[in-house]
Amino acid sequence: MLRFLASRILSALVVVAGVACLVFLLIHLVPGDPVEVMLGESARPADREALRQALGLDKPIPVQLLEYFEGLGSLDLGESLHSKRPIVDILAERIPVTAQLALAALLVAVALAIPLGIIAAVRPRSGYDAGAMVFAVLGVSIPNFVMGPLLILVFSFWLGWFPVSGKEGFGSLILPALTLGTAMSAILARMVRSSLLEVMREDYIRTARAKGLGEFQVITHHAMKNATLPVITILGLQLGTLLGGAVITEIVFSWPGVGQLTIESIQNRDYPVLQACVLVISLAYVVVNTLTDVFYAWVDPRIRIGESA
Amino acid sequence: MTRVWLPAMLLLAWLAAALLAPVLPLDPNQVQLPKVLEGPGAGAWLGHDELGRPLLDRIIAGARTSLLVALSVVAISILVGTIIGMISAWLGGFWDHLVVRLIDVFLAFPGILLAIALAGILGPGIENVVFALAAVGWVGFARLARAQTLSYRHREHVLAAVAMGSGTTRILFRHVLPLIAAPLIVEATFGLAGIIVAEAGLSFLGLGVQPPDASWGSVIRAGTRYMLVAPHLVVLPSLALMLVVLSVNMLGDSLRDRLDVKNTRLA
Repeated sequence: MLRFLASRILSALVVVAGVACLVFLLIHLVPGDPVEVMLGESARPADREALRQALGLDKPIPVQLLEYFEGLGSLDLGESLHSKRPIVDILAERIPVTAQLALAALLVAVALAIPLGIIAAVRPRSGYDAGAMVFAVLGVSIPNFVMGPLLILVFSFWLGWFPVSGKEGFGSLILPALTLGTAMSAILARMVRSSLLEVMREDYIRTARAKGLGEFQVITHHAMKNATLPVITILGLQLGTLLGGAVITEIVFSWPGVGQLTIESIQNRDYPVLQACVLVISLAYVVVNTLTDVFYAWVDPRIRIGESA
Repeated sequence: MTRVWLPAMLLLAWLAAALLAPVLPLDPNQVQLPKVLEGPGAGAWLGHDELGRPLLDRIIAGARTSLLVALSVVAISILVGTIIGMISAWLGGFWDHLVVRLIDVFLAFPGILLAIALAGILGPGIENVVFALAAVGWVGFARLARAQTLSYRHREHVLAAVAMGSGTTRILFRHVLPLIAAPLIVEATFGLAGIIVAEAGLSFLGLGVQPPDASWGSVIRAGTRYMLVAPHLVVLPSLALMLVVLSVNMLGDSLRDRLDVKNTRLA
């Protein structure tokens, strides 16, 4: 297990280094002179030079890259060009807000997907199954920026149950979490269904039934335990889509998290902040994926044995 | 059979609208202030938007934008991804290792995030949207083409071609590509749905086509500001987008069943 852990963490570190390189290169993709784009054409030459030096853009690219990594190592991401505050401080405010939304969305997804998947798998090719799968296809096909406004229209404007946008108390979390969670639940429900269908054919399920257990017990105590594994993998993988979707969802609901910061930084041409946002979100994704792998290996010994063999 | 015909008809309608948009008598950018936010009526079937422009015309113009972007991105991604994936698997060793690492790095960016950052940095405009989405899109095809090529590398007919002295290009394109085309096509159909959504998403964020040009995403975004008085501005373009994406997904599903490709996206 230790060996698996070490190899998994090592490869995650390589990926993180690659991600950081790519994020570093982003600013060099700015058409023309990035300093001119950030400050505008009317900026004084002295200001431009000052910013160029502050960002290190006057140095050769390898030196810049080295300094960038040094900064990352000491958690110094520089300063926002817009608010002049340290980027680390801004992120420290925004990350918990996004984490809250992501967690709530995850809960929504799991709470919707598991019952739907079970119902569909227990009665395959029935009306329930068809209904659950129609939900799954619809959920995948409705983008966040469509789902969000429609939920606002119905639940905020027409019914007046939840606030339209912003972050004030628990009520304001519900619609964004639903928006973000539904798409994920659709994919999860499909996975729960197919995974459960597979498990239900196993011998030990027949044994459980033969010793007289009720169908409910068979599913909750015997089948779900093994069917959950592939579902957790998909959950980890889907978190990336969730975090990406959070950017749009946060814009729809004016949710003041990292996603909104990303778009604000684009509008303000505050590229250091943009780089930091992309880096942080991707880092979260890599960490979660690594944890998922490790968890999976911990639960299912076949994985880590297969890996080290 | 409705599983195939209904989505196929919807997609044909989308294609027809997109291709015929330049010859139809449309005025998607004609501002008519007296008709601002007017609901559906005799003059305009789907009503008017916040500047009095006919919504139907803007949805058709948006169909053209989404088709143009989706096809370009899929074409570029499949071309670049397949070539990189096949060559990587064929060469093996250091280059293959490098490509695998590169794919890992690109996959570490959550879906649309890299596209948002790229489109934001490059600035608005349809070419930049295509570039940003293709920069993200090639990865899936490269991974798939690489895995598939690896599995066919040591087949008899490929070994025979090597023994007969065929060049690498000839072997890859004549003897390997036809075998790996089916899963790539299935991947492309699902990719298409993803790209249509992503283009609309970028436009929704203001990073796509610029006003006055129409995209479903930007039309939806503009409509959200008038949702209480004119919900049709959000509902109708959303419906167009959803129907197209749903149709592509449904056709992709049945295509996958027909070509008998295992679910490559979850593997």
